Amino acid sequence: MQQLLTTSLTGLTLGMVYAAFALALVLIWRSTRIVNFAQAPMAMITTYVALVVVNAGMSYWIGFAAALLSGLVLGAVIERVVIRQVEGKPEINAIILTLGLFVVIHAVAAIIFGSGFRSFPAPFGLNGFEAGGVTIALTGFAVFSICSVAVVMLLLVALFQHTDIGLKMRASAFNQEVSRMLGVKVTRMLTLGWALAAVVGSLSGLLIAGGNLVYPSYMDSVVVYGFVAAVIGGLDSPGGAVVGGLLLGLGLSFVSGYVGSELVALAALAILIVVLLVRPAGLFSHAPARRV
Amino acid sequence: MSRVAFGSLIGHLRRTPLRRNVIGGLIGLVVVILVLESVDPFRQGQFATMAYLGIAAGGLTVLTGLNGQLSLGHGALMAVGAYTAALMLHDVEKPLPLPVIMLLSVLVTVVVGAVVGAAAARLHGPYIAGATLALAVAMPGIASFFGDTLGGEQGLSVSTPEAPGWFADAVYFFTAHDVTGTKYLAYVGWIGLIISFVLLANLSASRVGRTWRAVRDDEVAAEIAGINVGRARVKAFVVSAACAGLAGGVMAMVVRIAAPSGFPLTLSLSLLTAVVLGGLGSLGGALIGAALLTFLPQTVTGLGQSMGLSDLQSAQLAPLVYGLTLVLVILLAPAGLVGTIRNAWRRRQSPDTAPVHPQQEATQ
Repeated sequence: MQQLLTTSLTGLTLGMVYAAFALALVLIWRSTRIVNFAQAPMAMITTYVALVVVNAGMSYWIGFAAALLSGLVLGAVIERVVIRQVEGKPEINAIILTLGLFVVIHAVAAIIFGSGFRSFPAPFGLNGFEAGGVTIALTGFAVFSICSVAVVMLLLVALFQHTDIGLKMRASAFNQEVSRMLGVKVTRMLTLGWALAAVVGSLSGLLIAGGNLVYPSYMDSVVVYGFVAAVIGGLDSPGGAVVGGLLLGLGLSFVSGYVGSELVALAALAILIVVLLVRPAGLFSHAPARRV
Repeated sequence: MSRVAFGSLIGHLRRTPLRRNVIGGLIGLVVVILVLESVDPFRQGQFATMAYLGIAAGGLTVLTGLNGQLSLGHGALMAVGAYTAALMLHDVEKPLPLPVIMLLSVLVTVVVGAVVGAAAARLHGPYIAGATLALAVAMPGIASFFGDTLGGEQGLSVSTPEAPGWFADAVYFFTAHDVTGTKYLAYVGWIGLIISFVLLANLSASRVGRTWRAVRDDEVAAEIAGINVGRARVKAFVVSAACAGLAGGVMAMVVRIAAPSGFPLTLSLSLLTAVVLGGLGSLGGALIGAALLTFLPQTVTGLGQSMGLSDLQSAQLAPLVYGLTLVLVILLAPAGLVGTIRNAWRRRQSPDTAPVHPQQEATQ
């Protein structure tokens, strides 16, 4: 019983983090039709920025803000300088390009910060709550993870539904040509979309790192889980990405708890294949399949 | 023989792709013998490495260039081949003959490739990249989970097989040199490479290759023309997996171990670098890419050390160059080295024709 509870709570926490990462992928997919595989190392390198700030003696929160800010800048710069060149080109070019960025950022991080393991601080306790003599595996940091992802999601909903700039971003994602005719600066919206996505990605990087070890490839499996979560939701739907992230987090937590933690990535692959075979458009996608 | 008769003989031999490719393979074999006999054992080891990377890159370039499927899982498929070979060669008194072991590596990888390929056949673009990325990330976990048979993190050590007597005799007969262990492996690797490249080149020129290109260029049109798109995709993936399996088998013997750390995600990504740099779909390009992967790391690492970087930092320069290569090739010359040169050549030959679009760049 206690293991079931522990497994579920761990799954829920991880699920929220995967959901955030999936959301970052979906934001970019919606605006530019690119799956940004470089999201993982982008999040990784911003986490290192936070680590440098914290190790310099400043508080965790300044590091946290520095990571998110550097994510914003990194996302905008990468879209502006590199991705802009392949928008509208064959999709395989964009995929190879993001993979190239993946390798580049990895190597740069390893050269600057070293490829060894470094511990990353957590702002809240990492011990479970005591309730009636039983320790519940809901740590302070887990509560913080869940809350911060929820806040970010609400902010994004507010941005897209209730602000002018959100409307413009949705318009340029929906139809670039028409939006341009109506006076929306589409290229700016795309840059902004990438920047926002990179911030959300950085957040999930910080949450995975909290109280754990960071090393240049620590986010590599997370990009797989985020991608699987996004595909469960249909790659197109932010709400679907969140539900997909939670489902995947719970599912993988059960595999890890009851079968073996080595097989988690394999389970993610199996889930991905099943979803793609049964519902290729995801559980929540409304877009009709277009063939010709 | 007069010059004219010789010319017509060459013309006759070049008439069919099969003959052309077999002759190309034989010329390649002669070059390989000449090179391997004239370099020192260290270089022979490097050439053995280049051989298995070349086999894997050849399989990948056919899959990506001819069929448009981007696989990030070829490192994992190489692991399947390597572990199969390692299980045959680990603590065995009298191992099976080498061709049998290689064939088994290929067969087991083909089975895995068929499963992955069947799932991937219904996917395209980012989906197939994501699924194969998941495969690459998942593979090391399997070796750890079945630690009893597969050796866990330490992996399986592989005892290098001895060169059979007839092979040593044949090499001695032609070159008057003895066959050392390293040289034998280099020969095994390059013979494997030549056989697989001849087969791939034939396949590419045949009806099957045309089917794959049709599916790549326009799925719907291919379907209307009566091609079973799913079956063509699975077939391409299986052929490509077979190459990865052979490459893995050779790799296990060359590095003398099959361990999860030997098949990181970086391996799959560097194979991708090799085929993108050479030019998607070009076997010659894949070979150039494999040469880059083999000989570049040492050079760049040395350069980094002389510039005052630490050993660990210098070791990261090679991946940095791979990544930059991927980015720059896609931005500046999406057809790769071979494709760009070929396009430029065609423009020189007939300046009026428009340049071939990189994605429609047909393979010879």
